[in-house]
Amino acid sequence: MRLELEGITKRFPGVVANDHVDLVIEEGEVHGLLGENGAGKSTLMNILYGLYSADEGEIRIDGTPVTFADPGQAIDAGIGMVHQHFMLVPVFTVAENIVLGVEKVSGFGKLDRARASQEVRELAERSGLHVDPDAKVEDLPVGIQQRVEILKALYRDAALLILDEPTAVLTPQESDDLFDAIRAFKAEGRSVVFISHKLREHRAVADRISVLRRGSIVGTAEPDEVSEQDLANLMVGRPVELVVDKPQAHVQDSVLRLDGLTVHDARGNPVVRDVDLEVHRGEILAIAGVEGNGQSPLVEAITGLRSAHDGSVTVGGTSIAHMTRKQVLRSGVGHVPENRGRDGLIAQFSIAENCVLNQWDMEPFAKRHTLQFGAIAEHAQRLVNSYDIRTPSITTPASSLSGGNQQKLVIAREFDQPIDLLVASQPTRGIDVGSIEYIHQQLVAKRDDGTAVVLVSSELDEVLALADRVAVMFRGELVGPFDMPVAKEAMGLMMAGTDPAEAMAKGA
Amino acid sequence: MSDDTPGPDDQTPPEQTASTSGSSHDRPTDVLDSDELSQAEVEAARERERREVSVELGATIGQRFVAAVTGVGLIVTLLAIFSALVIGALIIALSDDATREALSYFTARPSDTFASAWEVVSGAYASMFRGAFAGLGPISETLVAATPLILTGLAVAVPLRTGLFNIGGEGQMVAGGTVAGFIGFWIVGLPTLIHLPLALLAGALAGALYGWIPGVLKARTGAHEVISTIMLNNIALLVLAWILTTEFFRRPDRADPISKSMQDSAMLPEFLTGYRVNLGLVLALAIAAAIFWMMERSTVGFELNAVGLNPNAAATAGMSPGRSIITAMSTGGMLAGAAGATVILGVQGRITDGFSAGLGFEGITVALLGRGRVGGTVAAGLLFGSMRSGGRLMQAQTGIALDLVLVLQGLIIVFIAAPALVRAIYRIRTEGFASGHVSKGWGS
Repeated sequence: MRLELEGITKRFPGVVANDHVDLVIEEGEVHGLLGENGAGKSTLMNILYGLYSADEGEIRIDGTPVTFADPGQAIDAGIGMVHQHFMLVPVFTVAENIVLGVEKVSGFGKLDRARASQEVRELAERSGLHVDPDAKVEDLPVGIQQRVEILKALYRDAALLILDEPTAVLTPQESDDLFDAIRAFKAEGRSVVFISHKLREHRAVADRISVLRRGSIVGTAEPDEVSEQDLANLMVGRPVELVVDKPQAHVQDSVLRLDGLTVHDARGNPVVRDVDLEVHRGEILAIAGVEGNGQSPLVEAITGLRSAHDGSVTVGGTSIAHMTRKQVLRSGVGHVPENRGRDGLIAQFSIAENCVLNQWDMEPFAKRHTLQFGAIAEHAQRLVNSYDIRTPSITTPASSLSGGNQQKLVIAREFDQPIDLLVASQPTRGIDVGSIEYIHQQLVAKRDDGTAVVLVSSELDEVLALADRVAVMFRGELVGPFDMPVAKEAMGLMMAGTDPAEAMAKGA
Repeated sequence: MSDDTPGPDDQTPPEQTASTSGSSHDRPTDVLDSDELSQAEVEAARERERREVSVELGATIGQRFVAAVTGVGLIVTLLAIFSALVIGALIIALSDDATREALSYFTARPSDTFASAWEVVSGAYASMFRGAFAGLGPISETLVAATPLILTGLAVAVPLRTGLFNIGGEGQMVAGGTVAGFIGFWIVGLPTLIHLPLALLAGALAGALYGWIPGVLKARTGAHEVISTIMLNNIALLVLAWILTTEFFRRPDRADPISKSMQDSAMLPEFLTGYRVNLGLVLALAIAAAIFWMMERSTVGFELNAVGLNPNAAATAGMSPGRSIITAMSTGGMLAGAAGATVILGVQGRITDGFSAGLGFEGITVALLGRGRVGGTVAAGLLFGSMRSGGRLMQAQTGIALDLVLVLQGLIIVFIAAPALVRAIYRIRTEGFASGHVSKGWGS
């Protein structure tokens, strides 16, 4: 399928999301779509997939103009989309999920499960995306769930597959598997639109890369013609520092100490197993790992949101076992939660209110149980200025900020207080390159102030860029920490559960 | 792309937030997976903000009060009331015998139908208006009816802002009124200055205790407050029915379930002889002002609002959602208890079976119409009070049943609960653009 988009324009109240976008996707081409958050990538793909209608412009498939009123029509025309958040029914089997909506029934409307299972098995064989058709989706790891999503599109005979940030949830090895699968589609003559903000991946898999900025295509290039630096500059619109400028760490006394820390989930299964760790002032200790390997409960246990089942957590020499979350925070712990929308911010609260969310009842923001709006506003204005939070005013609700600025708001609140220990979980997830650059600089600055920094990240590049020491979490166990540098391949292998000695040998 | 910008529902009125509070631990809908959408949403939100009366941080209490009454959705609220009156007019017309008779020969002489309908509808609404506002007497009655509604409305609004649906206003009101009444008739010989505050305080505390129970159950065990408050309502009403049959409570010369009369020293004084409006109104407004301070200006209110909007983020910031739930429910119970006390000590003068008369339930509609805001709730309480008192005159003068008032109130809430319907009827431009967009999946 050769797909042409011509002059696609989409306006939302007060903003032009797509401004006369021209894009051609050739048959059998992997087309990378690169752009910051808010650049217009998803809007463009949602138009293509029939979720929005364009205000202007034309979509042509093999030269014939088409319009899609809903995704059903787009699917019929051979377009498949894998969303970043999977659209699967957890309690259904793989085969049931894949045939859902186009299921074949025998007489009396009975679902033909055996046939569905068989068809899915054959499809999986053919496309090289191996998956057990009879497994329940909720039991599968995310990497496999994504395969199910892709198979769903293939089952509907998609000639053009849109992958929206497909690697965000994958380990490096799983990403490589995905890239192999993408190359296989290409060999069959299918086209793929690959959306990502990771430059490296575009260079690995795309045949051509188009860069979107502020709703317009600002350039199209072949991956071997341009450097990552060029792409980053093009995407942001200014020269960007891809490498963090990080002076030598000055490691001082120990702040955080974990001894045999074991944490159970609500059902009593251990999710953090016997973790020993010591983190010192003036260093960044990174905890790498694929999400869901126990990082979240570990962080919650360190910061007093969850109690340890066994072992101890001491911050600055004091055990936090009998402290409330509030006491832990006020004893000098800053916490950037991994999900800012759920845990970091109150969307409907103003920026000013969010700035004092963790100190709302402390002087000078409150006196005799009365909020001091003057002091709060002053504080918020100072944070907005010094942390470069782009907002029309401090009374704007936090929900109105872009993802990067929301994260800067959380960072500002947590950093701008005297703390001994900073725990930052996925601090740059889903935000634009410009904000990532800034947040990385702030993390290093906090370290150089003499704060002990624990950085939990599933982005290997981030870990490599920032860590002074690195530990890998796999199935609740902590491997390491190791002094940097550690080879990227070795870390990737450890994230997939390979024995450290073996991983180091292979990765070196 | 994994942009966690909260979605288009940042303008969600508190009542909707409350209805989903039970599943607060998983709120994936807050996460908008399309970054461009959120970017556009940002702009749309800014646009909205420019249009609306924005509540400036640190604004004076007066400004905030006005903003609370006139802010978000006032037009929709007014149109909802108007729409309810229109449908109410249809009901009045169709329930009128003369109009129905004229309707039977509508094709021959349609003017008869319209004339007849106009007569009965205008008569009904005019007498309702007169009954509510024309003269000191009607205004007094309006204020008397509004006094407990303001308090029971706030009894729902405070928990609502904390993400809880307090259906227990009725039971809390019964608890408060009964205890206040007990103090009112049982203690003899105290001066008003001591007896009245004592009775009021006892009533408020009893209500607070009766609200504390579902609060603790929710915070400690997760028992849903809607279920537990409904059940507690029944318990309170049935216990009241029982104690009114006991020797101790029952008035000796009467066989029906009526308690002994209040001592004069426990009664809320009236302002003018012959008019029933009493100190309870001032009390209710003073309490409303205190609640306003609590919800909008105090650290406690900050915590309650935070827990109501996002309990996860509140807990992460070091707040205690459990404690907030207990605080909010106890406060709600206290307000409903105070409402009960004003009814017994201000109007009734004795405890009767079912003295709460649905006022606790009506508080739910008052709070919803007031959008959980203190100012809005006071305004809604006054409106519903005027409808109650006006409805009585309407019934007396035109024979249209007082139940019409309940129909109108129900209709108002239906329209309030479906703002999209009101916008569609009156062709108000939809704010934002995401309203019709629900599916992101594989479509049909």
